[in-house]
Amino acid sequence: MTAPSFEAVIGLEVHCQLSTATKIFCSCPARPPEGVSVSEIPANRNICEVCCGHPGALPVMNSEAVKLAIRAGVAVGSTIRHKSLFSRKNYFYPDLPKGYQISQYETAICEGGGIYVESKGQRKLIRLRRIHLEEDAGKSVHEFGVTLVNLNRAGVPLVEIVGEPDLSSPEEAGDYLRELHAIVTCLGITDGNMQEGNFRCDANVSIRPAGTTELGTRVEIKNVNSFRFVEKALEFEIQRQIAVVSSGKQVVQETRLYDPQKDQTFPMRTKEEAEDYRYFPDPDLMPLIVAQEWIEFEKSHLPELPAQKRARYLRDFALSDQDARYMTAQNAVSQFFENVISQFSEPARVAKMISNLISGEISRLSNESSKAIHESQLTPKHLAQVVELLSRGKLSSTAAKKVLNLAWTSGEAVDSIIQREGLTQENDASALEPLVAEILAQNTAAIEELRSGKEKVMGFLVGQVMRRSSGRGNPAIIQDLIRKQLGVKTKLES
Amino acid sequence: MTAHPPSSIETLHNEYRAGRCSVREVIEGYFSRMKAKRALGAYISELEQSALSRADQLDSQLLASGLDILLSKQPLWGVPVAIKDNLHIRDELTTCGSKILENYRAPFDATSVSLMRDAGSIFLGKANLDEFAMGGSGENSAFGPTLHPFSEAHIPGGSSSGSACAVAADLALVSLGSDTGGSIRLPASFCGIVGLKPTYGRVSRYGLVAFGSSLDQVGPLARNMNDLITAYEVIHGHDVRDSTSAPTPRTKIHRQSAIQTRRVRIGIPDEFFVEGLDSSVRAALEKTIQALKDRGAETIPISLPHSSSAIPVYYVIAMAEASSNLSRYDGVRFGTRPEEASFANSLEGFYSGARALFGKEVKRRILLGSFVLSAGYHDAYYRKACQVRRLIAQDFQRAFERVDIIVGPVAPGTAFLRGAHSASPLKMYLNDLFTIPANLAGLPALSVPVGLDPQGMPIGIQLIAPAFQEETLLQVGLDVESLS
Repeated sequence: MTAPSFEAVIGLEVHCQLSTATKIFCSCPARPPEGVSVSEIPANRNICEVCCGHPGALPVMNSEAVKLAIRAGVAVGSTIRHKSLFSRKNYFYPDLPKGYQISQYETAICEGGGIYVESKGQRKLIRLRRIHLEEDAGKSVHEFGVTLVNLNRAGVPLVEIVGEPDLSSPEEAGDYLRELHAIVTCLGITDGNMQEGNFRCDANVSIRPAGTTELGTRVEIKNVNSFRFVEKALEFEIQRQIAVVSSGKQVVQETRLYDPQKDQTFPMRTKEEAEDYRYFPDPDLMPLIVAQEWIEFEKSHLPELPAQKRARYLRDFALSDQDARYMTAQNAVSQFFENVISQFSEPARVAKMISNLISGEISRLSNESSKAIHESQLTPKHLAQVVELLSRGKLSSTAAKKVLNLAWTSGEAVDSIIQREGLTQENDASALEPLVAEILAQNTAAIEELRSGKEKVMGFLVGQVMRRSSGRGNPAIIQDLIRKQLGVKTKLES
Repeated sequence: MTAHPPSSIETLHNEYRAGRCSVREVIEGYFSRMKAKRALGAYISELEQSALSRADQLDSQLLASGLDILLSKQPLWGVPVAIKDNLHIRDELTTCGSKILENYRAPFDATSVSLMRDAGSIFLGKANLDEFAMGGSGENSAFGPTLHPFSEAHIPGGSSSGSACAVAADLALVSLGSDTGGSIRLPASFCGIVGLKPTYGRVSRYGLVAFGSSLDQVGPLARNMNDLITAYEVIHGHDVRDSTSAPTPRTKIHRQSAIQTRRVRIGIPDEFFVEGLDSSVRAALEKTIQALKDRGAETIPISLPHSSSAIPVYYVIAMAEASSNLSRYDGVRFGTRPEEASFANSLEGFYSGARALFGKEVKRRILLGSFVLSAGYHDAYYRKACQVRRLIAQDFQRAFERVDIIVGPVAPGTAFLRGAHSASPLKMYLNDLFTIPANLAGLPALSVPVGLDPQGMPIGIQLIAPAFQEETLLQVGLDVESLS
């Protein structure tokens, strides 16, 4: 007898911090100044009587947050409600200053809509239930055996984007999250920085025998902070649930947490311990009325969305799907890419090269310096010049990387870097010949190997000559010279 | 120093104008009376130093420019005022009559308080109240009860007990209170002064510690209608910091009789003249209505059929909102932190330790409020109450198609003996029967004294006007006042 096969049913709820200047109900800064990270702001610096929940203080709605929520809804095809309500979600926690969170419960500003996700070459619509506005809570810091509360985050505006349980695998869930992230960052409604908690995910997952329609008991995994961890947490949880059911037991409805170090989920609270939030409309706020003009404005000012952009990159620049995805995942990257490519009259000739440099060397520099591409000294003009020289054979790829490295931190002009560092590609065989001879003389063992047919050794020898030429030698010419000097025929000749 | 405390803002200003006393002398007079009558429990904190230094400032202002120039911008110039201790005065304590806020210092001014200050008034102190404005007798403060200004055996009414007692006992000339279900009108009526609950949204709630946010409204108490109108003119108006504040323009009230200048139709609701209404109250009301009629008013019997549900509806909604509003007093930021040993690192232990400081009535309301909002009961209680609330408001709308003003009692009886209702919260709640409907419907309502009962306890009449018709309300108030 074969074990029954199961399928997973997954729905994601994403909390996304809106990038407004001020908090949702007061005029405290909602985010650090440009170039400063959240962790650098002293605890409890950006607070006032409203976001600290002082007795007698009252909330006043930030219209900027409303506009950003409308923009999100318009982009994913939601219906924007002309009237929605704010409610109080009551629960006790030390980092919740009022003892309730102001959120939307009965009615949300955006309802319905959906996102197309391409997973394993299949295009699938993941429906959205709603997008609602709410305030973030503060942050509890547990250290030195005490709990400290930082309210800088309290009152930062959030949208919660609630998806229908239309996802059926961890991989699909990851793709959905990446697409959603690309959309909200493209819209400019959030910084989308997952490390700083701008974009957080709760996952609901259940399993059922493959092919059936009844939903199984659902488990919620709270607050997972990276695409990868969401996928891994779901993978673990699905296998755990299958093991439970296969052993004849039942899945318990509960909330679990994911521990990335152990790669496991573990229980946080069961349904019996679940909170009763005692929602009711917040009497301190009037119903949120959205004028049709606001909706029309956002509709008419909607930027090109990632999916449209990707299609254009495939069509106009002949990029591969994977490259197009990378170039459109972040606003700053796609803007940079487009600024570079616009400087070429035949974009398709250089698109792949630009894309490779951005996803390769530049991405490495970005990670290494923890700076986004637009925060570095490197400009699209730098990259355009490097690509031009590279594509014309006037710069080796090693030299190109060196130029990018230097320009990343100094912003120095490409010409001047090349001149100062002597990086022009050496295409003159007569200048390279002595260097080849020198390296060959030092590597007699390698020569034997090459002669015996180990073509891999060629790469090593070319690399040695490149190094000897300070990266300036044209590798194709060097290879040619090696073969000539050794009398080894090229593969084609043999 | 004047031998007698001033009976009105006008007489006080006349004293100043004539140079018969300085502001400092007047304020010193008030503080000496406050000290002599501390047993009344009108104040929780006295602000003697800041009041006297402010008095000195005003005295030097008076030297520099004439009183009438000052009064043209500051109608409450030099007027001694009491502020209910659930309204913030910046840097001063706001206790709300609760142990849990015993040491809470407000970091900002309530909007109404800052308007009173800008109008030139002097804050004598923070007035006593039933804890978190929950209670109708003034017996319910963690810092001791407020006594009736004329009889220590009686209660002054609540929850603005100190605000009413202070004005009636010459411990302030004007005061601010708050009214969630009658908390201004009831003590004003019991203490024989005037008290106004403005339209919901007329006076900013910013800086008023919330009890029932959809019902709470700040309002003035005074010895006479003129003073009341002046204070109302000062505190009303739109405030961007309160989203429920009405964006209506500020108005000046024409201080004239309503009855003598136009046709006034007075609605007499059947439901307000019920069995159980004290006979002396009924007699005083009937006499007043007849006198208004004699002066040309028209009386029209009306019906407010859903007002019989007002008490349960009110207590469900007010307690629901209170249970949420009072969640923030958890010992983390607000409220006294329990001793570390007592909660043994349990968050629940921490909360129950901190929240043990609430008084009995507050605990009762938090429990009931949490219950009516909880899953499984929410629809039967909270949602139902909100529906009936709309019906109560509709009753008034329909009635105001036919009448300009509605009159009735403030309370079923006069000030009762201390401890009389302590054993039965329900009896205490029934006292709010006539005041609650105006809060549920958000309407402006006024209490004006119309006589004394055989024991010498004051009787008040309640006037209720359509939303934002404070002018009509206050003008009819002037008419009622002129009868006596």
